[in-house]
Amino acid sequence: MPADAPVPLIRVRRLSKAYRRGEQVIPVLVDIALDVAPGDFVALMGPSGSGKSTLLNLIAGIDKPSSGTIEIGGVDISGLSEGELADWRAANVGFIFQFYNLLPVLSALDNVKLPLLLTGLGAREREERALAALALVGLTDRAEHFPNELSGGQQQRVAIARALVSDPALIVADEPTGDLDRVTGEEVLDLLGRLVSEMGKTIVMVTHDPKAAAHARRMIHLEKGVLVDEAAA
Amino acid sequence: MFLLKLLLKNAFRHRLRTGLTLIGLVVAICAFGLLRTIVDAWYAGVEGSSSTRLITRSNISLTFPLPLNYAQRIRAVEGVSGVSWANWFGGIYITERNFFPQFAIDGPTYLALYPEYLLPDAQRNAFFRDRQGAVVGRKLADRFGWKLGDPLPLRGTIYPGTWTFTIRGIYDGVDAKTDENQMFVHWSLVSETLRKRMGSRADYVGVYIVGIDEPNNAAVVSQRIDALFANSLAETLTETEKAFQLAFVSMSETILVAIQAVSLIVIVIIMAVMANTMTMTARERLAEYATLKALGFPPGFVVGLLFGESLLIAALGGVAGVAATHPVAAAFSHAAGTLFPNFHVSELTMALQLVAAAAVGVVAASWPAWRMSRIDIVQGLRHVA
Repeated sequence: MPADAPVPLIRVRRLSKAYRRGEQVIPVLVDIALDVAPGDFVALMGPSGSGKSTLLNLIAGIDKPSSGTIEIGGVDISGLSEGELADWRAANVGFIFQFYNLLPVLSALDNVKLPLLLTGLGAREREERALAALALVGLTDRAEHFPNELSGGQQQRVAIARALVSDPALIVADEPTGDLDRVTGEEVLDLLGRLVSEMGKTIVMVTHDPKAAAHARRMIHLEKGVLVDEAAA
Repeated sequence: MFLLKLLLKNAFRHRLRTGLTLIGLVVAICAFGLLRTIVDAWYAGVEGSSSTRLITRSNISLTFPLPLNYAQRIRAVEGVSGVSWANWFGGIYITERNFFPQFAIDGPTYLALYPEYLLPDAQRNAFFRDRQGAVVGRKLADRFGWKLGDPLPLRGTIYPGTWTFTIRGIYDGVDAKTDENQMFVHWSLVSETLRKRMGSRADYVGVYIVGIDEPNNAAVVSQRIDALFANSLAETLTETEKAFQLAFVSMSETILVAIQAVSLIVIVIIMAVMANTMTMTARERLAEYATLKALGFPPGFVVGLLFGESLLIAALGGVAGVAATHPVAAAFSHAAGTLFPNFHVSELTMALQLVAAAAVGVVAASWPAWRMSRIDIVQGLRHVA
């Protein structure tokens, strides 16, 4: 990296992950090295089984590597305990899942409030911040609707609001448009792009769709657990 | 409030499942309470015993009478404050189905030893004056619609013939534990009638009721009384009133043990049903719990959600079960008639019902809560409910 390049938000070095199935050891990621600058929008691409989701999970702190280091914001999360990782995630990571993963018994507003339960904020402040997040994604008028009353695109926007509400530096998105039609998917990707350009968020996104990846600034290709290519979008 | 809202919404997410579980809980808790109340009622006579009363009966069998002249000698024993006697009358009022306890007593001494039977002085004196008078308990009077002055014909079984009494008093119990289903007639009338008809059966009593000054002296006074009549033709056995009542209960001890066992089995069954409900619930929400953990919620939060939901359902079922026990117990008491003279759901029983409900809630959630606390986030997120 150039000397005047910003300090990476994400720094991955010699990262490997393997699963054990009985006596057999199955490598999923092999010796990955990766830097992601603050405010970057990175798409992880590759065929099924390439390890892209595993890499995303490791960066997000919901899985632990077999070896190597993952530094995020200067913190080596590969050495944190389960409890420390949970606290770290709550403060630093916003999640966007392919199938939204909203709680069906909570309204859109209450779903967005969920991460704020882990802060010390009072009820009124939680309400205000959740409404602000919903406004960012254009769903203020759907605040009291339940997930089954929302379209797929609206549910994903609620999920994006939930990911934003605690103001994390990093947002991870696993196939965010995988369950959406093309038009709705474009809307969601445009929204993600605005989070980067207007709010300075850093987004790491897994996708198998080249058109979705085109919204990112960088595309990183994995194949059989190895980083094979990197290109600007 | 947010968490309570989440618990309530989760608890009733599947209304049919939760509704059926609640019905099962209400039935189980109600059954537990009813069975315990039956056991309590069985021991009601024991609970109503006085620590200052002894019962002296024949050492051979309760069915063997004792001579009337024992009374004076018992009265002279050190530590004895009063003596009375009673015979089981055992008459039939219209039909055998109308069973209620009937005793031929020596009115003044007997009522003095049983201050828990509250009888207005006017009625007491009217009873004493009328040798064919009878005193009945309030519940018994209400059951048959008797009033003061009503005739009360009984067909004798132990003492053959038709006996007609007049209700001169209706007593109330001093508290809920007092038996108000009894009838008392004059022993002197029975003895005199027996003397005229049969001669040999007059001047004998069924049991002596002995009042003592000091409860701690019960054993000593009992020994003194029995020593008086040792090696006589009618040896006595004197024991506390509580022990006397317990002897009746012990005859049915096997039934009582079985009833208590069934009451616990009912709770275990509903525990298994509720555990199944919570396990199914947890499995369906695996992805949700994984999502919460991914967002940063600690495993304890997921555990809390499951226990909270389980305890909420258990609390609702427990409270409803306790509430349902009262009308069910009342219906049972009505159907049982005088079999259980004292039949009410005690505070201890209600407390135990709620404890049982709480135990059901805790046990039902334990296994699924432990499993969910240990779920791997990645595996959980892949789960499709």
